[in-house]
Amino acid sequence: MNQKNSIHSIEIEKIDDYRWRIPKTGKMKTDGVIYADEKMLEDIRNDQSLLQVTNVAWLPGIVGHSLAMPDIHWGYGFPIGGVAAFDLKEGVVSPGGVGYDINCGVRLMRSGLTRSDIEDKIGALVDTLFINIPSGVGGHRKDLKLNREKEKKVLLNGAEWAVNQGYGTEEDLEHIEERGCLQNADPSLVSEKALRRGAAQLGTLGSGNHFVEIGFVSDIYDQELAKALGLEEDQVTIMVHTGSRGLGHQVCDDYIRIMLQSSAKYGIELPDKQLCCAPVDSEEGRRYLGAMACAANYAFANRQVITHWVRETMEQVMKIGPKDLQLDLIYDVCHNIAKIEEHVVHGEKKKLCVHRKGATRAFPPHHPDVPGDYRLAGQPVLIPGDMGRYSYVMVGTERAFKETFGSTCHGAGRVMSRRKAVKAAKGRSIVRELKDRGITVRSVGKTTIAEEMPEAYKDVTDVVNVMHNAGIGRKVARLRPMGLIKG
Amino acid sequence: MKKYEFIDHTADLGLEIYGKDLKELFENAGEALFEVICDLSQVAESMKKRVVVDGEDLEQLMVTWLGELLYLHDVQGSLFKRFEIEEIGDKSLKATVYGEKFKAGHHTVKTEIKAVTYHQIKVRQEEDRWTSRVILDL
Repeated sequence: MNQKNSIHSIEIEKIDDYRWRIPKTGKMKTDGVIYADEKMLEDIRNDQSLLQVTNVAWLPGIVGHSLAMPDIHWGYGFPIGGVAAFDLKEGVVSPGGVGYDINCGVRLMRSGLTRSDIEDKIGALVDTLFINIPSGVGGHRKDLKLNREKEKKVLLNGAEWAVNQGYGTEEDLEHIEERGCLQNADPSLVSEKALRRGAAQLGTLGSGNHFVEIGFVSDIYDQELAKALGLEEDQVTIMVHTGSRGLGHQVCDDYIRIMLQSSAKYGIELPDKQLCCAPVDSEEGRRYLGAMACAANYAFANRQVITHWVRETMEQVMKIGPKDLQLDLIYDVCHNIAKIEEHVVHGEKKKLCVHRKGATRAFPPHHPDVPGDYRLAGQPVLIPGDMGRYSYVMVGTERAFKETFGSTCHGAGRVMSRRKAVKAAKGRSIVRELKDRGITVRSVGKTTIAEEMPEAYKDVTDVVNVMHNAGIGRKVARLRPMGLIKG
Repeated sequence: MKKYEFIDHTADLGLEIYGKDLKELFENAGEALFEVICDLSQVAESMKKRVVVDGEDLEQLMVTWLGELLYLHDVQGSLFKRFEIEEIGDKSLKATVYGEKFKAGHHTVKTEIKAVTYHQIKVRQEEDRWTSRVILDL
């Protein structure tokens, strides 16, 4: 079946119910492949994200297809929900393929509590989280100050730095993508400006869609996998979503500026300035990857520090010790990152530079990078939805490893712009509406809650079902929110 | 003449900025940026700061100018409301900006901006005015 896209005249061919191909034309070096169902595709056509999938296919050394997950939407340069892998010799690395919030990501903790244990304490829990975990302008805790020397250690060692300072345990590290530390970090490649922005923001949530959310397991889709991940029905869970804050934004900004020059220098033709890039195997490419790793490590440390304060908050309010709380980290995943990974291309093992921008790594069972206790289940994948509905836990699959360089979706994706959401919320109290649905929410930002209202997002179930039905991830459980803090 | 407009972008926010000349265009861009961040009517002009930035062309200069203001906001908590461009060429500008530091309880921050992007960036001279389009990552 051929369908002409009248808006952007991008031709789309149906591969199967969940896969669509944009055939290579013009300067594209490969096809684009989009994971979506027919109904979603209609929405996707309404913005410029399909054009962005074709733009990414222009870049030199792209391996396989220019991929898009079902939560695809218009980003800058790369679409959000975009995955692209590049050859280490012929290919490029692009800061716009990672995004400003380097290693924005999600982590999930399970607990020894059930929903009924906390129902009457949810107000106190949310208020205490709000006090203990800073967000908003200039908010940071007095007991966590980074001098330059310490900050550089954070950039080098990531979550391990935090654990060494007493924020969490060695066991946490086993349950973080890359054990919470990218090895090629070089703080000398991070600008003075980035370091200054990072100095006072470690252990802060930031604003927008970032959150700490207390929820419970409402549905289990696969008992065996749920058991492997330590999840059971009605169990209380806590999810943290944040990234590398101003430090990461500045690293991205600094290197985009550098790569605007290098694209010209290496004769790379760009359909959009924001796609600027340099060969992976070049001075500029190596420097970006070294600086990006620093920002990624900062983000891992940030989520680790916040996790510690979440545990303290729960102990403080529930008046029970860590042994009863059992707030164990299930997993921590990045969804804005570029990594050097080994994949199989045309039957041969090959190292590639995989960009995931608004996409989550989803490695299959038995992959050596999957923690030992999940080796048979596959890597846990955490997909947050909007604050009023639900989030999902999935695991990676062999098919994802073969088709999408071991990647899947990362969230719901917006359907309404922030301004439209604020307009739609006028005269309403979103806080009250959520309260009526049994969800307590607090935020510093006056407009944040309106911008983030549930109907501003797609139903994450649709996104997750496409991935599950396409075999690019397997559904394990669904979580429903009870209380959360927003930046 | 309108100084600026906000344009919808699903995940983020676009600015459409106007000015009779380059100087005014860049001044209005600064104001638009802080209009997104806070309620400018709450901000006093008790502090001033000198800002000097450069870029390879006018479009990059627009991104580095707004990026510098955002950096000062992020690191020092500065809120700026008045912008005086003293010198501007294709590759650099010098300005003095006026405002005050963020005070919790007094100022409300509407939106936190992550970054000023190069995506679809545009600085153009039309018949009788200059226009610019900038997309912000929120």
